Amino acid sequence: MSPDSTPTLRPNYDVLAIRRDFPILAREVFGKPLVYLDTGASAQKPRQVIRAMTQVMEETYSNVHRGVHFLSQACTDQFEAARETVARFINAPEADEIVWTRGATEALNLVAATWGRANVGPGDRIVISTLEHHSNIVPWQLLRDETGAELAVIPVDDAGEVDLDAYAALLDDGRAKLVSVTHVSNSIGTVLPIGQMARMAHEKGALFMVDGCQAAPHMPVDVQELGVDFYCFSGHKTYGPTGIGALWGRKALLDAMPPYQGGGEMIAHVTFEKSTFKAAPHKFEAGTPAIVEAVGLGAALDYIEAVGRDAILAHETDVAEYARERLAAVPGVRIVGHARERGAIVSFTMDRAHPHDIGTIIDRAGVAVRAGHHCAFPVMERFDVGATARASFGLYNMKSEVDRLVEALDEVAEIFGR
Amino acid sequence: MNELRELYQEVILDHGRNPRNFRRIEDADGEAKGDNPLCGDRVHVFVKLNGAGGLGDVAFQGRGCAISTASASMMTELLKGRSEAEARRLFDVFHAVCTDEAFDPLDVPEEFGDEADRLQVMAGVRQFPMRVKCATLPWHTFAAALDGKATATTE
Repeated sequence: MSPDSTPTLRPNYDVLAIRRDFPILAREVFGKPLVYLDTGASAQKPRQVIRAMTQVMEETYSNVHRGVHFLSQACTDQFEAARETVARFINAPEADEIVWTRGATEALNLVAATWGRANVGPGDRIVISTLEHHSNIVPWQLLRDETGAELAVIPVDDAGEVDLDAYAALLDDGRAKLVSVTHVSNSIGTVLPIGQMARMAHEKGALFMVDGCQAAPHMPVDVQELGVDFYCFSGHKTYGPTGIGALWGRKALLDAMPPYQGGGEMIAHVTFEKSTFKAAPHKFEAGTPAIVEAVGLGAALDYIEAVGRDAILAHETDVAEYARERLAAVPGVRIVGHARERGAIVSFTMDRAHPHDIGTIIDRAGVAVRAGHHCAFPVMERFDVGATARASFGLYNMKSEVDRLVEALDEVAEIFGR
Repeated sequence: MNELRELYQEVILDHGRNPRNFRRIEDADGEAKGDNPLCGDRVHVFVKLNGAGGLGDVAFQGRGCAISTASASMMTELLKGRSEAEARRLFDVFHAVCTDEAFDPLDVPEEFGDEADRLQVMAGVRQFPMRVKCATLPWHTFAAALDGKATATTE
């Protein structure tokens, strides 16, 4: 870890010290101190990330894996060090199993387009859950339409937990080739029992992929302990920059998969008759990669590790549970999703006010929440809501911000009636 | 807070709570579904022509925020009995109310003087650029129904 990545931290989780690392949290919105409760959509950036990215551009920037000159080597070293950081962050056995992508969406599309096309055919089944973000639905629909495979969905109960009996039934006939589910639901916060679900899939011969977008910034993630085959997450939700994300896959799987896009960087040799490809991960990384962003993501993960992932989990859970308690006490508020295992996400509706109107009104009080379908239409359908308001918490949020949210909802009741 | 009060005027809250003409027209001459992919709001507009080629009845169904529901409700009231050409000109007036900072009800053609006054309550959305599409979606959907298109979108 570079000295720049060391957060200013006290042993008892000094949230005020952490907040000072995030310049944007000092700003005001409509004359009120910003209360940012939309980290689930995208996380704010600490100075350590901003500095790391600036440092590359000011001091070591050049293209990677190409030049013989000094800067090319220096920049390649930083770029590959970031890959090693990602591997450590999710306890991947080797850094060569980490593929840079533009984000989790591209990682899911990459697996569907390469592993999927090579391994899925008519009559095969891909299994997802009701809780998926559209990015873990649509790539599999495209694959289904191209290959004649079937796309099956694990239902959830009224609390928002996946129905494991129904899941077992979908695996039972052995036609399932891949299960791809979210680690933590982005819309209602359910944490899925990934380890158990992966074991069940493997027993029936299916591979297991995880969309870790809402888990990676929130809790310790160990892909070997989870026993999964693919895991992906986005940089911008882990306090890093946009335009970068990571896919981890087991080495044997990556080695056997055909390339993704064609171009420079991914080839070993090219003639007009035939090209040969580099080994993984480079064969999946055509073109000049997002170099500065990769270094920024590395700095973000170092930052998270330095704060401490158990400490972050404990802190965010504390704030989110406080929010559930306070929101549940507001007349007319209904919380959507009551899974026993849940992340730092609270989705809710109000009797008289549509989530969009809630979002607009509390925005004027400086409180930023997401209002809408959260790119998860099937979840909205399942719980019979058109949309919800969603407060999602990050390592910098405080209970006093939950109080500001609840106060702001009073203005909603004032306008729409109690 | 003043801007919020201007957006959520009593007339809008009333139409949002008790939308007028909130029903299907089974033998509609035109209908279209509109959706705002940004927020998932959906509106379904039905148009029934009268013998003279005017709008005999306009109704809607759907699920949306107070702004889009109120806008749809007020629209159905304003359009009933209009000719198609009048309806399209009224859409232009409405669009100006929602988006044009310099909009002045006095500049509206005399034929729409009263309507412009009524539409003026929607002018509050100008201070909320993210919400303009909520207000205009029903009208775009109505235009799609007139044009014989099945769907409209705010994108």
